[in-house]
Amino acid sequence: SEQPNSLTMSVYGPVVKIHPVVLASIGDSYERRNEGASRVIGTLLGTIDKHSVEVTNCFSVPHNESEDEVAVDMEFAKNMYDLHKRVSPSEVIVGWYATGFEITEHSVLIHEYYSREATNPIHLTMDTALQSGKMNIRAYVSAQMGVPGKTVGVMFTPLSVKYKYYDTERIGVDLLQRTRDAPNTTNGLTSDLCQVGGAAGRVQDMLATVLTYIEDVLSGKQMADNSVGRYLMDLVNKVPKITAEDFETMLNSNINDLLMVTYLSNLTQAQIALNEKIVVL
Amino acid sequence: MATPTLDSPVKQIQIEGLVVLKMIKHYQEEGQGSEVVQGVLLGLVVEDRLEITNCFPFPQHTEDDADFDEVQYQMEMMRSLRHVNIDHLHVGWYQSTYYGSFVSRALLDSQFSYQHAIEESVVLIYDPIKTAQGSLSLKAYRLTPKLMEICKEKDFSAEGLKKAMIGFEHMFEEVPIVIKNSHLINVLMWELEEKCTVADKHELLNLSSSNHLEKSLQLLMDRVDDMSQDIVKYNTYSRNLSKQQQQKHQYIQRRQQENAQRQTRGETPLPEEDVSKMFKPPQPPPRMDTLLIAGQINNYCQNVKEFTSQNLGKLFMAEALQGHNS
Repeated sequence: SEQPNSLTMSVYGPVVKIHPVVLASIGDSYERRNEGASRVIGTLLGTIDKHSVEVTNCFSVPHNESEDEVAVDMEFAKNMYDLHKRVSPSEVIVGWYATGFEITEHSVLIHEYYSREATNPIHLTMDTALQSGKMNIRAYVSAQMGVPGKTVGVMFTPLSVKYKYYDTERIGVDLLQRTRDAPNTTNGLTSDLCQVGGAAGRVQDMLATVLTYIEDVLSGKQMADNSVGRYLMDLVNKVPKITAEDFETMLNSNINDLLMVTYLSNLTQAQIALNEKIVVL
Repeated sequence: MATPTLDSPVKQIQIEGLVVLKMIKHYQEEGQGSEVVQGVLLGLVVEDRLEITNCFPFPQHTEDDADFDEVQYQMEMMRSLRHVNIDHLHVGWYQSTYYGSFVSRALLDSQFSYQHAIEESVVLIYDPIKTAQGSLSLKAYRLTPKLMEICKEKDFSAEGLKKAMIGFEHMFEEVPIVIKNSHLINVLMWELEEKCTVADKHELLNLSSSNHLEKSLQLLMDRVDDMSQDIVKYNTYSRNLSKQQQQKHQYIQRRQQENAQRQTRGETPLPEEDVSKMFKPPQPPPRMDTLLIAGQINNYCQNVKEFTSQNLGKLFMAEALQGHNS
């Protein structure tokens, strides 16, 4: 029953893809931990395919840890998983997470429990106490090691962690990024033209960076890089070459469409307001 | 939709980033197409702010025993979450929407039962299609106190609504939303930015608008059709009512004439018949639906106007860019 390590590794490939909602959830459960608990653990849910594991959800599991023993509320874990399954039937248990920097002996025990729930579970650690100044998000798989038949131990081999976003997730995260600049204040959601203005501003910033680079190269302060030069050519050629008249007609027809629609919606709103006043008479 | 009134208990909603991400994920994974996904919001009330700190999704309505499962599911979820110290106070619910169509009887009923039980609850409407176009579209609504009164009385007739003077603009009030993240999450954001600079796709600056406009206008036209049907129904009702009044008058007059004649001839007068039983008044059409349709049309129009203003801006920018080129 000993499977060679390379085979188990190739079942998943060495990549774990994590969605930001999982990390935010872990951070939140760490903040809400019980008095005296130094770390929190929980189950990771997600999907497994041929090349990688994608972690899309998680929930925390209450547990007690002391010097000599560890107790995990397995009943709770099973219950929660059932509840979650009713909402997303395609998510399965892919592993478990723990906050903190090290892998302790207790982790080995917990990992064994999770091995019963999922084949080859992933162990994710997130250093929420920021011991090394960073959050150090790491993932591991366990592998047997030692002399077979005699002393056998478990080794946690690291996997590479990648982050995966859905498009809408990325837009959500962009909005959340804004709170990090002014940590004690709150941020409202912008509207309408402000958003377009903001996006245009961002593009402008990027163009400014590119321009400074170009000027540096021209004045000799920086070495010219051919690949960057090719990208720049692409960029300049991306603006489509349309004759002025054609562009005028396209622009005008689009603007007319939009104006017409605006006029119609204003008309409709006036109509329903009138209708209401008349009925009430 | 109107701005919040001065006497509403909630002036602002504060949402944590985690809730936003969870809602986005829920729709992305479970709600493709025009299906609506729903879930419960958890949090607490601080002064005049409603803080939403967590949420959990509801399973879709399946064919087998939806109701019993829902209540039990909710109870179990909340109990379990309490074990891990998550706020278990129910403060509202969220729903995804398709191109802004959410003003419906079902929403009204749900929100009414929530607001009745918990005064500060809100419904968060998340628009995934608008979000995919470039910026998060999340709005929070509550029922106005006037509408609450009416729902409590269950008096949806024309007189009832006239008394309360409710227009479609006074049905829902929008509450401003702010997003707040804890410091730990802020650190996480910094790390994510560093580790994974996903290229900005700049969907917001996309010029193609016709698809979105078409769909919105299609929905708007459907609603306007509904509204005109409603108006026709109301017109026929008033016509029927006035015709019936006329008939009633004629009948009573004839009766009186006959009775007078009989008296002159010395016969007993015919018994006074119950006029109202003979001429049953026609059913007045329910006004609540019209109000909801009007509210929905208003919402569509607002969305379309927002969309067109953004696109006009983008078109002018494209013009400037082209002008520079040539």
